[in-house]
Amino acid sequence: MGKAWKFEDNLNTDEIIPARYNITIIPQELAKNVFCEIKPEYVKTVQPGDVIVGGQNFGCGSSREHAPIAIKGSGAKCIIASSYARIFFRNAINIGLPILECPEAVVDITEGDDVDVDLASGQIMNRTNGNQYQACALPDFVLKIAEAGGIVNFLKEHEIQDLLA
Amino acid sequence: MGTLIEEIFARKAGRPVHAGEIVLLDVDHIMSHDNTTPLAIKAFREIGKPIMDKNKIVIHFDHAYPAPNVMAAEAQKKIVDFMKEQEITQFYHQGICHQVLIEEGYIQPGRVLIGGDSHSNTYGAFGAFGTGLGSTEIGVAWATGKAWFRTPETILININGQAKPGVFAKDVMLYIAGMLGMDGATYKSVEFDGSYINALPMHERIIFPNMSTEIGAKCGLMTPDETTIQFLKTETKARGPFTIIKAVNPKYEKVIEIDVTDIGPQVACHPDVDHVRPLEQVEGLSIDEVFIGTCTNGRYEDLEIAAQILKGQKVSAFTRTIITPASVQIYDKAMKNGLIQIFHDAGCTIGVVGCGACIGRHGGLLGPGERAFTTMNRNFIGRMGSAEAEIYLGSPAAAAATAIAGKITDPRNYLEVRHGKSMEI
Repeated sequence: MGKAWKFEDNLNTDEIIPARYNITIIPQELAKNVFCEIKPEYVKTVQPGDVIVGGQNFGCGSSREHAPIAIKGSGAKCIIASSYARIFFRNAINIGLPILECPEAVVDITEGDDVDVDLASGQIMNRTNGNQYQACALPDFVLKIAEAGGIVNFLKEHEIQDLLA
Repeated sequence: MGTLIEEIFARKAGRPVHAGEIVLLDVDHIMSHDNTTPLAIKAFREIGKPIMDKNKIVIHFDHAYPAPNVMAAEAQKKIVDFMKEQEITQFYHQGICHQVLIEEGYIQPGRVLIGGDSHSNTYGAFGAFGTGLGSTEIGVAWATGKAWFRTPETILININGQAKPGVFAKDVMLYIAGMLGMDGATYKSVEFDGSYINALPMHERIIFPNMSTEIGAKCGLMTPDETTIQFLKTETKARGPFTIIKAVNPKYEKVIEIDVTDIGPQVACHPDVDHVRPLEQVEGLSIDEVFIGTCTNGRYEDLEIAAQILKGQKVSAFTRTIITPASVQIYDKAMKNGLIQIFHDAGCTIGVVGCGACIGRHGGLLGPGERAFTTMNRNFIGRMGSAEAEIYLGSPAAAAATAIAGKITDPRNYLEVRHGKSMEI
C-alpha cells in the first residue's frame, strides 16, 4: 500500500528533475531533487511504496534517464499513467521502474489516496474508495525486460536476440 | 514497399517490414554526449561485454562544455578516461552533437542512428532514421551494435504554399506544434512533404524533424532529393555514393494538409511548446534575455538573418542578447563574413559553441521573474534556470527584432525597412 502522488498531463522531464541537477548518476542523490519545483513536498514526505499517478504523455521532453532513475531512487513503487512519452517509456522499462497504463485509474485516483498495486497482475486497488482497475498488458518482449529487472540484467543472462525469440 | 520508415527499416532488416512489427536493427552510429554518456558507461560496465564495434560510437561534449563546475568536470574526466581505455576516437567538442554529426558526414540517407539525446530526430531531414534513446540503451548498443524498435505508423504532413517574407520554417513548425499538441504524434513517424518543404534549403528543412520531438514523434523524416545530396556533398564530409530512399505505395495513418500562405510569425508561449500564438498577440511583452542558437536555430543562415536585422542597431540596454553558434564551422564562417562584428557592435554577447543557455547549466541562465525570447525548441518550466522564469520561442529574425526593442517584436518591422535598400551584410 502506498500514498498516491498525482501529476498533470504532459509532465515533462524538466519537471521531474531539472537539468541542472543531472550532474550525478547516483539514484539517491537524484532523488533529492525529484519534482523539486512542481511538488517540493514530495521529497520531504515520500515513503517507500508510494505510487506516482500521472496523466497523458507522462515524461515527455528530454531523453534523460535521470528522470525515471530519480523517481525510482525516491522509493516510489511504480507509475500509473494514461499514456507515456516514448523515450520515458523505454527508459523506465530499461532501468526496471514498473510503469502501468490505466486511464480509468488515473481519472479515479486523487492525491493522497491509499493505492495498492499488484505489479505481476497489473491490478490496481484504490483502498480509499474501494475501486479496482486492471492496467493494460505490456508486450511480451517488454515483459521479458521488466521481469529481468531491466535491460542490463537481461543482457547478463541473455543475448539481445533473445528479446524477440 | 511502404512509408519512409518502413523502407529504411526494411533495408536494414533485409526483409519487408510493416508498421507495428518489432525489429532488432544493426545501428550505423551510436551518439551520446557529456550529459548522457556517464549513465551509458555505467550500463555498459554492468553488462560486462566488450564493445561490439567502436567505429559505431561517437561521443560529443556540448551540453556543458567547457565544464562550468567541478561535478561536470569530474563527469567529463570519467568519460575521457573511458574513451582512452576503450580506444574510442570519434570524439568531438566543437559544437552541438546534432550539427557536428551532420558536418562530419555521419548523417546519410538510409542510415539508422540512435542518440542519447531527444533531438536525434534531426537526422530525418536527410532521410536517415534518427531517434533519441536513454543512456542505458546507448550502453546496450555499444555492447551489441543493435537496438529494438516497434515500426511506427506514419502521419504525413503535406505542407504547401509560399510563406510570406519574414515567415520562416520555425514559424511553420511552431504552428504545427500548436495544431497537433505535445502528444500529437507520440510513437509515430512523421513525414514532412509538399511543395513548401521541397523548395526549402537544408537549414530550414532541419527544423521540422528536429522539432518533431516536441510533438512526441519517434522520428521525423523527409525524402532526400537533389537539395539534400548537394548539401551533403558541399557542406559536410560525406562523399557518397548515397542510398536512394523514398516511400513506395505508402499507407499513412493520417494525412494533414497545411497551407503556409496565411501563416505569420508564431511564438510558443510560456510554459508549453504547443501553447502557440500568432506573434502579434504577444507583441510588446518585455524581454530580459534574447538567446539565438541551439540545434534548432544556431546555424549560419540563422545568424545571418539576425545580423541583417541587428546591423547598425543596438540591442535594448536591459535585454541581454546571447548568440551561440551551433558549431565551430558556423562560428568560423560568421567571423569571416563579419557577422560576429555586427553582433558585437550591436551589444550582443557571443556564447561558447554548443548547447549553451538551452540546457540551463551555463551560458545565460534566467533568474526568478525574468522572461526570455529564444530560438530554442522547448520552453519547459525551469529549462533555462529558475522555475520562476518564462521562456518564449520564435524564429531567429523575431529574436533579433525583439532584442533591439527589448520586447517581443514582429521581425517584419525591421526586414521591411531594409527591403529596397540592401539585404547584404
